[in-house]
Amino acid sequence: MEIEQDPNASRIAGDTAPGDAGLRWIGKSINRVEDPRFLRGEGRYIDDITLPNMLHAAIKRSPHAHARIKSIDTSKAEALPGVVRVLTGQDVKEHANPLPSFSMNPGIQHDMIAIEKVRHYGECVAVVVAENRYIAEDACDLIEIEYEVLPAVLDPLKAREEGSPLVHEALGKNEAYSRTFSFGEVDKAFDEAARSVTVDLYWPRSTGMPMDTNGAIGDYDAGTGVLTIHANSMNFTYFLWLIAGTLKIPSAKLKIVPVVAGGSFGSKFFMHKVPTFAGWLSLMVGKPVKYIEDRVTHIVNNDHAGSDRRYKAELAFEDDGTFQALRIDCVDDYGAYLQFGVGTHGNALSQICGPYTIDHVEYSLAAVLTNKNQQGAYRGFGAEVSNWILERLVDHAAHDLGMDRVEIRRKNLIQADAFPYRTPTGNIYDSGNYPGVLDKVLADFDYDYWVKYRDDARKEGRHVGIGVVASQERSVFSSTEFWFWFDEPAFSPTSSPESASIQIEPTGQIVVTLHSQAMWGNSPETVVSQVIAEEFDVDPTSVVITYADSQHALPGTGPGGSRYTVMVSGAVAGAASQMKDKIKRIAANKLEAAEGDLEFRDGGVGVKGAPDKQLSLSDIAMMAYMFKLDLPPDMESGLATQWTYDHPLTTLPNADRSDLGMFYPFVGHAWHMAVVEVDPGTGRVEFLRYSAVHDAGTVVNPKTLNGQIIGGTVQGLGTAMLEEYIYDDQGRVLNENFEHYHLPSSMDVPTMTIGHQETPSPYTAYGIKGAGEGGRMLTPAIMSAAVEDALSPYGVRITSLPISAEQIVAWAAGD
Amino acid sequence: MSTIENQLVTVTVNGRTYERAVEPRKALSDFLREDLELTGTHVACEHGFCGVCNILLDGQTVRSCLLFAVQVDGASIETVESLAAPDGTLNALQQAFNDNAGLQCGYCTPGMLMTAKEYLDANPDGGTDDQIREAISGVLCRCTGYQQIVESIRAAASAGKGA
Ligand code: FES
Ligand code: FES
Repeated sequence: MEIEQDPNASRIAGDTAPGDAGLRWIGKSINRVEDPRFLRGEGRYIDDITLPNMLHAAIKRSPHAHARIKSIDTSKAEALPGVVRVLTGQDVKEHANPLPSFSMNPGIQHDMIAIEKVRHYGECVAVVVAENRYIAEDACDLIEIEYEVLPAVLDPLKAREEGSPLVHEALGKNEAYSRTFSFGEVDKAFDEAARSVTVDLYWPRSTGMPMDTNGAIGDYDAGTGVLTIHANSMNFTYFLWLIAGTLKIPSAKLKIVPVVAGGSFGSKFFMHKVPTFAGWLSLMVGKPVKYIEDRVTHIVNNDHAGSDRRYKAELAFEDDGTFQALRIDCVDDYGAYLQFGVGTHGNALSQICGPYTIDHVEYSLAAVLTNKNQQGAYRGFGAEVSNWILERLVDHAAHDLGMDRVEIRRKNLIQADAFPYRTPTGNIYDSGNYPGVLDKVLADFDYDYWVKYRDDARKEGRHVGIGVVASQERSVFSSTEFWFWFDEPAFSPTSSPESASIQIEPTGQIVVTLHSQAMWGNSPETVVSQVIAEEFDVDPTSVVITYADSQHALPGTGPGGSRYTVMVSGAVAGAASQMKDKIKRIAANKLEAAEGDLEFRDGGVGVKGAPDKQLSLSDIAMMAYMFKLDLPPDMESGLATQWTYDHPLTTLPNADRSDLGMFYPFVGHAWHMAVVEVDPGTGRVEFLRYSAVHDAGTVVNPKTLNGQIIGGTVQGLGTAMLEEYIYDDQGRVLNENFEHYHLPSSMDVPTMTIGHQETPSPYTAYGIKGAGEGGRMLTPAIMSAAVEDALSPYGVRITSLPISAEQIVAWAAGD
Repeated sequence: MSTIENQLVTVTVNGRTYERAVEPRKALSDFLREDLELTGTHVACEHGFCGVCNILLDGQTVRSCLLFAVQVDGASIETVESLAAPDGTLNALQQAFNDNAGLQCGYCTPGMLMTAKEYLDANPDGGTDDQIREAISGVLCRCTGYQQIVESIRAAASAGKGA
């Protein structure tokens, strides 16, 4: 198929064509330039920052999942020496507006502090501002609250029934959204196919759980009226006026300063509550106020629980294993609020058929509200769940046919000559060579060897199992996924840009300013340094990187949805291209050469083939700043450029939503293969082999990409084997700390081999595709497959996560 | 609520001796971060389960969130700030983490480095990967999946042997 591209898109590729083999710095495993400060303990995370006269806040959390607040007595807390102020929902009602929400549903209101009613365990009911955190927490214990406990809405299926208690009375029901999308001729395809499998599946609620919780410092300057908020999140710089709206201040008086974060994994993606709260507290007390979630608060009161989905999923296929149609029915438990609407399902629809040729898809969704912590973003943003569903269906189909799990997948792969490939929902896969990735992983893993090993081991009574899974990794979202759910959306943005500015100082120093989130575990500074090195032939470690605050920021969306490396590279390449044009004009004028004869070399610009005709960046910058009469006559002084890079390949959905348009088109691909040995007595799962091959387009830095792949794989392993919010029948979270909420440790994880195939994207700068979420897309499926295979003597079919040790022992015992 | 008097604590941290009056209930992690302004030591759970706050107390790793500052009176402590040279040059262990992508967000890194230092002091040849994995199993990292941390520690051991 032919695709028409944004005319700007070609401009951003700099002087280098996508996938150009001549790249000098892109593709090199340089050491991360961010590392030294963190290794020295000089990271300046949010809790490391202290402002003069700063106060500290702690929150009083609700012990109930659902209750009416009858009275709050703060007098004892206020009387404690060191306490400055105690605030409740009443103060929020008087002095602030509700928190922003993209759900566009007026029946669902979310406030910084619960007003009149609490809707989940751990929700904030009061806050103490005190001289230090110890006193603030002491005072929380002195707040006396009388509740009228209401029946907790916990089961999303019962919550949909008539007569269920309501989470939001103003909504009048608990089902916030439901719709069925149909693409192709689904019923006909199911009728005509020789076979089908139907599986009920459950994916439990868990969360990204960064080591550094969410935090912010509000600093209100009464003199200027400017409220500065230091926060370990700053996404969507063009939506920060929403925060000003909650705070009832003019957006021009709001300044958010991005601070390094010790991990996000979604938990700091448009993290609005914590910064807004810290800012509001500072407005209320007139001094700087620090608010940092402790671990318990982060677990029970962060706004980013992951998906919590019950599925009925069906796959239709032929006797030879050819897939025909997919039907998915999902009830998703969103918790007490709905900040991003059902965007996590929009995300899933970008690659719902995975790497397989399936032409007919039906997708039904019911988004239900319950008395649980609300969903937000978690690495994968819902697409990791749909990949698990799809791969489970494929394994069930293979089982049904008695077909090899590699062969059934290979048979249905989209072929290398089919790109750009239009998926049934309308989203595009830009480029790929999926059989190539499969061949690579088969060679690295040695599939035949392990099949024989498993069969021999089984004869000895050992429980060895093999898992084989494929996945797509869509990257770079366009905003349409948040609203194509509605025929007439209240708000239908279509931009999700990223910006960069480049300045060259008179000394020749290159300074790049980034315009959204500071680093949060990814490598923005390393990526940018490599792109600058590529464009200007300078040492990447010489580049200085700064971050704009929100008052100075150009449009920036920040990391998320595996977008940042692609988008920031495009933005820097665009700004570099403009900068190089200007430098060439200055140099051509000075050297009396044609611009076309100039090249960037050795940290300067010179005439091709004439080594002595060269100017350094400092020579150029000196002229640009101080010697106007040396410049071409029509040129202004200064040496700074900026570029805002829009999503290079996106289209609108059509009116009846039978075509959702292109909204997630840069699509990577991966295969993982693993061998595990399960101890049926203890439930322990040990890895004998783990092999991964990814295609993320042009690789910028193999070493850091491998880090993302391994980290994501292990995080997915946590989802697969360990992690889950456990609620009692009152809706209280029973595992609200690390003693009971278990993350994978160094003893629980495999040592992986990682291979790369590079199929550049034709549409992005340098051909890069995003890759930050890939690992987590695969592990839930591979662990389900491998453990199921190992336990096949017991006839186990894995249909829910996590696959706990207790569950394995129970299966083996025949329970 | 009665006010409890502050107690005087004398402690040597990274070779420098400090004397501070401190509330008896103040956690050592908070004391290091707030009273001594050594914010390299981080906390992630404050109840002993993540190891991110690990420091060396008289040469042994301890969870600084589980001790009160008054308990370390007279002791000698090393934190992440002790590792690099005064001019900021990374030591061999830190350099190995940089070379082998042993960190992503860097938040667990101080606890990881101090734990690795204790291990390498006792096992200068680095031991096996399984031993390394066991040695760091008390420190949680959410970013790396540990593999490149293990490689970093092994590389640091090899670098030590070469020197
Ligand atoms: S912060 Fe001390 S063990 Fe987690
Ligand atoms: S590097 Fe982020 S927690 Fe370890």
